[in-house]
Amino acid sequence: MNLKNNIAISDSGFVFNPSSGESFSVNQIGLEMLNMLRQKFTTEDIVTHIEKGFQAERPTIERDLNDFIDMMNQYHLMQDEDE
Amino acid sequence: MITKKRYERPVIKKLESNMPNKFGMRTEYEPVLHIEDIAIKDLITKYGSPLFVISEKKIRRNYQAAKQAFETRYPRVQFAWSYKTNYLNAVCNIFHQEGSWAEVVSGFEYDKAIRNGVPGSNIIFNGPDKSEQDLRKAVTNNSLIHIDHLDELYLLQEIAKSTKHKPKVAIRVNMDTGIFPIWDRFGFNFENGQAWDALNKIMFTGTLELVGLHTHIGTFMLSPNAYAVAAAKLANLAQRLHQKYDHEIKYIDMGGGFASRNTLKGAYLPGVDTNPTIDEFAEAITSALINSDFRPKNPPLLILETGRALIDDAAWLLGSVIANKRLADGRRSTIIDIGVNILFTAFWYAHKVTPAQKFTSYTEDTVLYGPLCMNIDVIRDNITLPLLNKGDQVVVHHVGAYNMTQWMQFITLRPKVVLIDQNNKVHVIRNNETLENMLELEALPDHLANFDL
Amino acid sequence: MKTNKPTLTIGVTGLNAIDSPGPGVAVIRGLREAASFNCRIIGLSYESLEPGIYMHDIVDKTYHIPYPSTGTEILSDRLDYIHEIEKLDVIIPNFDAELYSFIKLAPKLKSKGIHTFLPTLEQFEERHKVNLPEFGVKYDMHVPRSKAVYTPNEALSLEKEYEWPLVIKGKYYDATLAYNFDQVKSSFNKISAKWGLPIIIQEFIHGTEYNVTGLGDGEGNTIAAVPMRKQYITDKGKAWGGISIDDKKAIQLTNKFISETKWRGAFELELMKNKAGDYYLLEINPRIPAWIYLAVGVGQNIPEALTRLAMGWPTEPFKSYEVGKMFIRYAWDMIVNLSEFEKISTLGEL
Repeated sequence: MNLKNNIAISDSGFVFNPSSGESFSVNQIGLEMLNMLRQKFTTEDIVTHIEKGFQAERPTIERDLNDFIDMMNQYHLMQDEDE
Repeated sequence: MITKKRYERPVIKKLESNMPNKFGMRTEYEPVLHIEDIAIKDLITKYGSPLFVISEKKIRRNYQAAKQAFETRYPRVQFAWSYKTNYLNAVCNIFHQEGSWAEVVSGFEYDKAIRNGVPGSNIIFNGPDKSEQDLRKAVTNNSLIHIDHLDELYLLQEIAKSTKHKPKVAIRVNMDTGIFPIWDRFGFNFENGQAWDALNKIMFTGTLELVGLHTHIGTFMLSPNAYAVAAAKLANLAQRLHQKYDHEIKYIDMGGGFASRNTLKGAYLPGVDTNPTIDEFAEAITSALINSDFRPKNPPLLILETGRALIDDAAWLLGSVIANKRLADGRRSTIIDIGVNILFTAFWYAHKVTPAQKFTSYTEDTVLYGPLCMNIDVIRDNITLPLLNKGDQVVVHHVGAYNMTQWMQFITLRPKVVLIDQNNKVHVIRNNETLENMLELEALPDHLANFDL
Repeated sequence: MKTNKPTLTIGVTGLNAIDSPGPGVAVIRGLREAASFNCRIIGLSYESLEPGIYMHDIVDKTYHIPYPSTGTEILSDRLDYIHEIEKLDVIIPNFDAELYSFIKLAPKLKSKGIHTFLPTLEQFEERHKVNLPEFGVKYDMHVPRSKAVYTPNEALSLEKEYEWPLVIKGKYYDATLAYNFDQVKSSFNKISAKWGLPIIIQEFIHGTEYNVTGLGDGEGNTIAAVPMRKQYITDKGKAWGGISIDDKKAIQLTNKFISETKWRGAFELELMKNKAGDYYLLEINPRIPAWIYLAVGVGQNIPEALTRLAMGWPTEPFKSYEVGKMFIRYAWDMIVNLSEFEKISTLGEL
């Protein structure tokens, strides 16, 4: 699963999906995760990166990241590798 | 070493036209980090979580404000602390130190008041359940007995005969004050003549001393005007007694029921903004009394039994986040260690809940669950909360009334209650329960002592 | 004279314009046409898609404000922030649901130099739908029978007294007709979920509906009064077209309403004239209605007069208005850049 290529993300945390016309708002951590997903980092890398910068345990970050990706999936912001 | 930033779980929210933007919610949940200058973090570290915290300063301030509200409008005012609202001895004695009498509704509460050192003549004994033993005690102690039904009236007449005491009594009157529901289960009805009838019975037999009239029109009342109606009706009875028997009652007891600042479920605007203040209740009651036709030589003492409005905002319940979960329908849920077993009032209030640490402006609509393995254990069914982490602490506001009396030992043990005194010193005023406390009351028959598994 | 006109900074809410439109944009058009002052308009919005936010020739700058349900303390903090930047002279709130908070805050706002001209809390409460029956008795006006209920079952007992259909009304907004008990229940649930309890069950009066918008000076004097008959009604019962009429009885009733209640501020009366020609007072809205621009158009600039009263300036009552002028509402599609939506949604300001 990857972030769809055409998703627009602004520094203020405003996310726009041009194909559906829907817009979203993400918080700071979500924005960091989104930007890393866009650069095709693995979830492993993302968790390590967040763990370095923030006060949180690895399992918590892992679980939250999975939940976050689930939500983005529900919002149709993700696509399969070959799409 | 670089200090790590506070972690907040990632969140993505769809922007919908009818959705409250995050801005609108930004300041709704200002973190509450301290109670009376004492850090919540420290309180929980020292006394555990969950934890009830009561402020002595706030109680005294509330009491003094209420007293002032009535005394500036009426010459003779007496408060009586409603034990059932919160009968922790420390709380009761703060009120007694301030000058409150005791208002009790059972033999248990009566004995508690006596043990606290309240003189019998300063105890008002209300309620439908007073045993013969309770009544005898109250009669010998010269307590004020508020008669609820005819059976009680007859029993008191018998006790009067056998003890040679003349019990001091009032009757409780129920009535239509224009509000719904009418509380007609307690006392004698005004409109259908029951109340007048009971008063005549007392006056005719002469074995009881009729000292007052009492009413208590409802609970969490939002209409000061209903009290004006009630006061006028009691004054009317007093006037009729005066005319017919030349008998002056000594007091009018308006009961309690004043709303606190909590928000009832289903209300659109917060109770802090909309609920009447004690001044509005005072204005309604005292003007009705002053403007009534009842003109005795001495104005009757005005007794108030308000409980909730004096204690609700003087107590907080601290707790911690156990877990975050996403529900099957996509909603976010947060489980905290505060359950409805200790926060009974969650059934009718949308309690204000604030985090006890700083956070960003991002929020999620959340269902706030308690820790019990019971479906009904919901603290707030829809609340917009910042992104809390496991272990974060929360503060539930305005919990002083009824929770520390209606709570129950269920599934888990009840927590400590601490009092912050006027010098900001913390005292444990009720310890947490232990398994031993619970087992002390139990007895195991010998044949059930052993088993093999 | 014209060159010496003062400039006022005025905060206006109600910038939404769905099929049940907010009055904000119409109020601002009145303010912009005011003969006695110039103005800078600060929009106060709740949601990011309120059209007024994007009308830059109407609104100079918009700020989101918190929903009334979050309480006055938070609203007050937000207004302090806005006031610090914009130096507001006047605020004109236009939503029923926010009025309570603004009335409560009025003295505090005044102390900071922000003027309002709102009904007193007593007037606001007394005219409330929930209290309409008592209001009718107190001021000797015909009102439909109604009752505030807390459960759908309470409505059952009314079935015997009133005839179908029943009007089911929310505490602040929304009204539907119910023709049977199932409909009562479903409307009850829908409306109470949004606006809380109680729900008002009202007897339905057959007849022709008239509306009057007006302005009272708080001393019992009528500053403005314009009656209108709806000509085109949306399925939510909102006027999409209407005409100013010469209706002496409606004006008399309005004068009586103002002089007896000493109404302070703008209002709209919803009246129903039955076959016998009797006027029933259905509802008193304690604010400017969405069709206020008709009043401006026929010679009674109520937003201007209200602003003058708020500022404490001498304000002459309007003596007349043009009869037979119509307003026809239309929807207008604006082209808006996503970046503007982004700004208001993420920063709360545009």
